[in-house]
Amino acid sequence: MSTATQEVTAGETQTIVAARRLSHTRTVFIGVGRPSTAAILARMVHNPELVLVYESGTIGAKPYHVPLSIGDGELAETADAIVSVPEMFNYWIGAGRIDVAFLGAAQIDRYANLNSTVIGDYAHPKTRLPGAGGAPEIAASCGEVIVIAPHAKRTLVEKLDFVTTVGHGNGPQSRERLGFRGRGPTAVITDLGVLEPDAETCELALTQIHPGVDVDRVREETGWNLTVADELARTEPATAEELGKLRELLAR
Amino acid sequence: MARLMSLSDAVAELVSDADSVAFEGFTHLIPFAAGHEVIRQGRRELELIRMTPDLLYDQMIGMGVARRLVFSYGGNPGVGGLHRFRDAIENGWPHPIEIEEHSHAGMANRYAAGAAHMPCAVMRGYVGTDLMAHTTVAHVTCPFTGEQLVAVPALRPDVAIVHAQEADREGNVQLWGIPGVQKEAVLAAQRSLVTVERIVDELELRPGGIVIPGWVISAVAEAPGGSRPSYSLGITERDNDFYKFWDKLSRDRDQFTDWMNENVLGQELSRR
Repeated sequence: MSTATQEVTAGETQTIVAARRLSHTRTVFIGVGRPSTAAILARMVHNPELVLVYESGTIGAKPYHVPLSIGDGELAETADAIVSVPEMFNYWIGAGRIDVAFLGAAQIDRYANLNSTVIGDYAHPKTRLPGAGGAPEIAASCGEVIVIAPHAKRTLVEKLDFVTTVGHGNGPQSRERLGFRGRGPTAVITDLGVLEPDAETCELALTQIHPGVDVDRVREETGWNLTVADELARTEPATAEELGKLRELLAR
Repeated sequence: MARLMSLSDAVAELVSDADSVAFEGFTHLIPFAAGHEVIRQGRRELELIRMTPDLLYDQMIGMGVARRLVFSYGGNPGVGGLHRFRDAIENGWPHPIEIEEHSHAGMANRYAAGAAHMPCAVMRGYVGTDLMAHTTVAHVTCPFTGEQLVAVPALRPDVAIVHAQEADREGNVQLWGIPGVQKEAVLAAQRSLVTVERIVDELELRPGGIVIPGWVISAVAEAPGGSRPSYSLGITERDNDFYKFWDKLSRDRDQFTDWMNENVLGQELSRR
């Protein structure tokens, strides 16, 4: 595999790293934006059998373009099956049939809990965000969760303004106590690197850093005192194939 | 048996001030034409119920139709926030609105319980989140296994309004593509209105199509293009550019009001 000779943006690296995570996944649940791009790229480069599941009820969608909404016509036209929303949440997500879910959030804390509801006070918010959508039950029941977010101090925060979605709660055993069946967040992929929960404390630690990024900068952009793993990996640079396919996809 | 009516007559008869009204359609088949008719007829104090408020409720909230909003995701799909929705919650413009928010799973189960005429639905969810303290959800224990679960109350709106591709002259409705929770919403509501792209002599059954018999629907109104800028699979396409345009236009109260006056209030539907 040849390394890409062109300049790769931080956003492209983030998408490419997310796509690599799906190399051996059977089913992935995705929202719109970068997660969707990453999952389509994974089908193009690593895993043509990957089953894409969108919240709109389209199971096994094979979009040629990156959809704007989770309900674009192309998803319905290319799906193996289309189900109602109650069926999607009860029979497919709730029953634990999805291996990996990609989620985003406005705020993420050190235990990978997520806020997508409000910034500020709930009753008098400074910023009213869209709200939970499917995230709480997706994070509870899918096999694992991969969070995709920009790496910034206002995103990776010491304390959430609102817990919309539970990641690892207050730490070890939190998920078991709440009766969740999925393993919860296994990675937070940012445009600077990858954070993963520590096996014992469940606290997110920097385990992988993207090309051209140094650890000081990652710490600088994180709202808590970030632990760095003893064996910090350096992200393999994008290959010519990954970058070429990604750009081809976004140009469609 | 559903009566075939004009959209304006159907809205006038079925939707009253202060009603709880569910306009459903999950990204696909959003009943914009019916929502615009409700705005034109000057309904006020409605409890608006919808999983994804989308642009339709952004418009209705901004025009002062809503007293209360019940929802699970108030965003412009793939684009960003809903500015009229935000302005109402953050700044009380054009007037303050009450909110009750859930997760998608919660709302979906609430509709399903409503359709079954059950008082509540039992599910796994909400636990550990701050939503628990801000919405209507309760802990219950499974009587058979002892598992801790939650219950959410059934939704039983006064009126459900949905859009579909076609109906026959008896008011039997068929929709296909992403089905959302439209069937559940119709069956959960006391009264229902289905707008359709076209009236046909006979429904041609489609693979994956959902048929709602006319005898559970109050009224069917023909409204070609009635889901735009959402879409009706096989007939119209989602106008993604409009969703992006809305993000810019709707940030400003005056721009928003001018646009609505010109494009919604000023557009009387021709009577059919």
